[in-house]
Amino acid sequence: MTSKLVMRGMIGFYILLFFLYLFGPLAVMSITAFNTPAYPQAYPFQAFTLDWFVKLWNHRAMMDGLRNSFIIGIGVVAVSVPVGLAASIVMTQIYHRARGFYYLVTVSPVLTPGVIIGISTVIFWKDVLGVTDFTKAVFYKGIVLAILGQSSFVAAYCLLIIMARLQRFDRSQEEAALDLGASYPQVFWHILLPFLKPALISAAVIAFLSSFENYNTTTFAILADKTLVTVLAGEVRQGTTPALSALAVIIIGISLAGAIAYEVMKRREEAASGRAMERARLAERADAVPAQQAPGPMGFSGRTPAPASAD
Amino acid sequence: MSRLIVFLIPLVVIAIFWAMARYESKVAHDPNHKTFFQRNGTALGVTFIGLVAFWTLFLVALPYLYMGVESFHPRLPPLERGGAKDFLTIEQYRSFLVTPTDGLWNTTHMGAFFFTIVVSTAVTALNFAICYPLAYYMAQAGTAQKVRLLMLGLIVPYWVNEILRAFSLRLLLASKGLINQMLMGLGITDGPIDFLGNNTGLYVGLSYAYLLVMIFPLYNAIESLDKNQIEAARDLGAPWWRIHKDVVMPYAKPGIAAGCTMVFMLSAGSLAAPQFLGGPRTLWFTSIVYDFFFQAFNWPRGAAYAFILLAACIAFVMLMLRLFKVSLGETIK
Repeated sequence: MTSKLVMRGMIGFYILLFFLYLFGPLAVMSITAFNTPAYPQAYPFQAFTLDWFVKLWNHRAMMDGLRNSFIIGIGVVAVSVPVGLAASIVMTQIYHRARGFYYLVTVSPVLTPGVIIGISTVIFWKDVLGVTDFTKAVFYKGIVLAILGQSSFVAAYCLLIIMARLQRFDRSQEEAALDLGASYPQVFWHILLPFLKPALISAAVIAFLSSFENYNTTTFAILADKTLVTVLAGEVRQGTTPALSALAVIIIGISLAGAIAYEVMKRREEAASGRAMERARLAERADAVPAQQAPGPMGFSGRTPAPASAD
Repeated sequence: MSRLIVFLIPLVVIAIFWAMARYESKVAHDPNHKTFFQRNGTALGVTFIGLVAFWTLFLVALPYLYMGVESFHPRLPPLERGGAKDFLTIEQYRSFLVTPTDGLWNTTHMGAFFFTIVVSTAVTALNFAICYPLAYYMAQAGTAQKVRLLMLGLIVPYWVNEILRAFSLRLLLASKGLINQMLMGLGITDGPIDFLGNNTGLYVGLSYAYLLVMIFPLYNAIESLDKNQIEAARDLGAPWWRIHKDVVMPYAKPGIAAGCTMVFMLSAGSLAAPQFLGGPRTLWFTSIVYDFFFQAFNWPRGAAYAFILLAACIAFVMLMLRLFKVSLGETIK
């Protein structure tokens, strides 16, 4: 019994250390955002101030970068999600001998360092778009190249997310629809697409986030333009200012709010499904009819989905 | 012109597969088989093929191939490209081994390359050691609610981008940073320790940046392991380390391979941590590539170095797959 307790204590201590490692630096940085000294310091805490948030708001380059990051993120979602969808459907239907090769080509961007994707994007498109003056003037821009370069690997993330759900698609649904006289395109629009909707949404979210946070590919592909992340990198290279900490505080605040909202939503859902299960059990006992329609165990899932948000 | 040949390579590959498909469908005729366009309708079929072709050709295959060709060209001003001086050469790759200016071994760049590989491997091993216990705990021991909470705790810090995370570590580790303040305040050291100069910052930064990339593949792999197997091993009297070595780890092989591959690839190719947390004399290989593009404006040489990095990453991936005896398809899920 005591050894079990010791074991538990050790696990608890280990988890504590792990999260201290994870959150410690961010917590210290957050404190520096509210402290007055121009060199970000957490201790000694001299005086409380919100000046660094005002400085951040007035930072022109950062606000421009933020705008560009948004444009690029939306562009990447617009390119990657349809491409990922098309690629996953092609994956299920492609000539079987070509499948292995096709798979290798489509996932290779995931395994390639982002720096290399950025470099190859710039080298290739500079020559391709340089063919005519018109294309060069209109398309050879940082924002366009960043969208192209990021989409190269973000589309692969989308492909993997959509594939995971597509593999669970019940073919008999398709056959039933076809037997009832639906055409193949109708099956796609009315059966397959609604089925894939959750995967498409999470693919879009992850596409936007990975675009927004990307540094390695973007720093090459962005040319003379700026995104929020490249502006940040420039600032950090030049030195340190608590305005950066202020930005981090805002980002952490948004993520925490999102996380708490998610947790509350999940708990509510669980409580609802728990109640539904209870009702179903009561109904079952009342008239001995199996309550198959009750959204009981089906809606329950204990784990968070989408671990792919890792990068 | 060598650059144009690049555009033909994918066409040849597609033509070969197409011919094979045609041949096979003729040999073994299946009356129920529907062609791609019959199955999806012309409009959708064309859209799918168009999107996939755009992606795989113009965003993936052609840029890589084109960069490969570029790395075999000399560095020329734009006007002379395609002219008489624009011949194929391995000069850029040779310059990795031998410095072009003085003909001596290029120890700086080779040293940086090996440093990058060695440190990335060490960081990969370190992250595996840090993450495995937590992944195991989350996958096998924790309750659903606790796991979800831990998962959120893992994800939230990763919404803060790479640069700001490196910045936060710099605030901690700098000579005026909190850790040095603490060490000196407790009287453990007299002067500040230069954590950034001696590369501690770099190692911590790389490890910190890619924790999540290790933990999720591990978690996913261990999570599907049947608890009864562990119970059975325990009932048969296996000590805890034997359970991990002989039951959990063999089962989680694809996850281990995936996590290690990703962490190695990301740290070998990382730009932020070496730039912001490395010492002033530390040369990271991607930083050299970066400088060739933005300071020396020597794109062919930068492309050649990028290719060397890519080759190293591919070699590492192959090694991991061979070592763990898993296929690429099992790794990336």
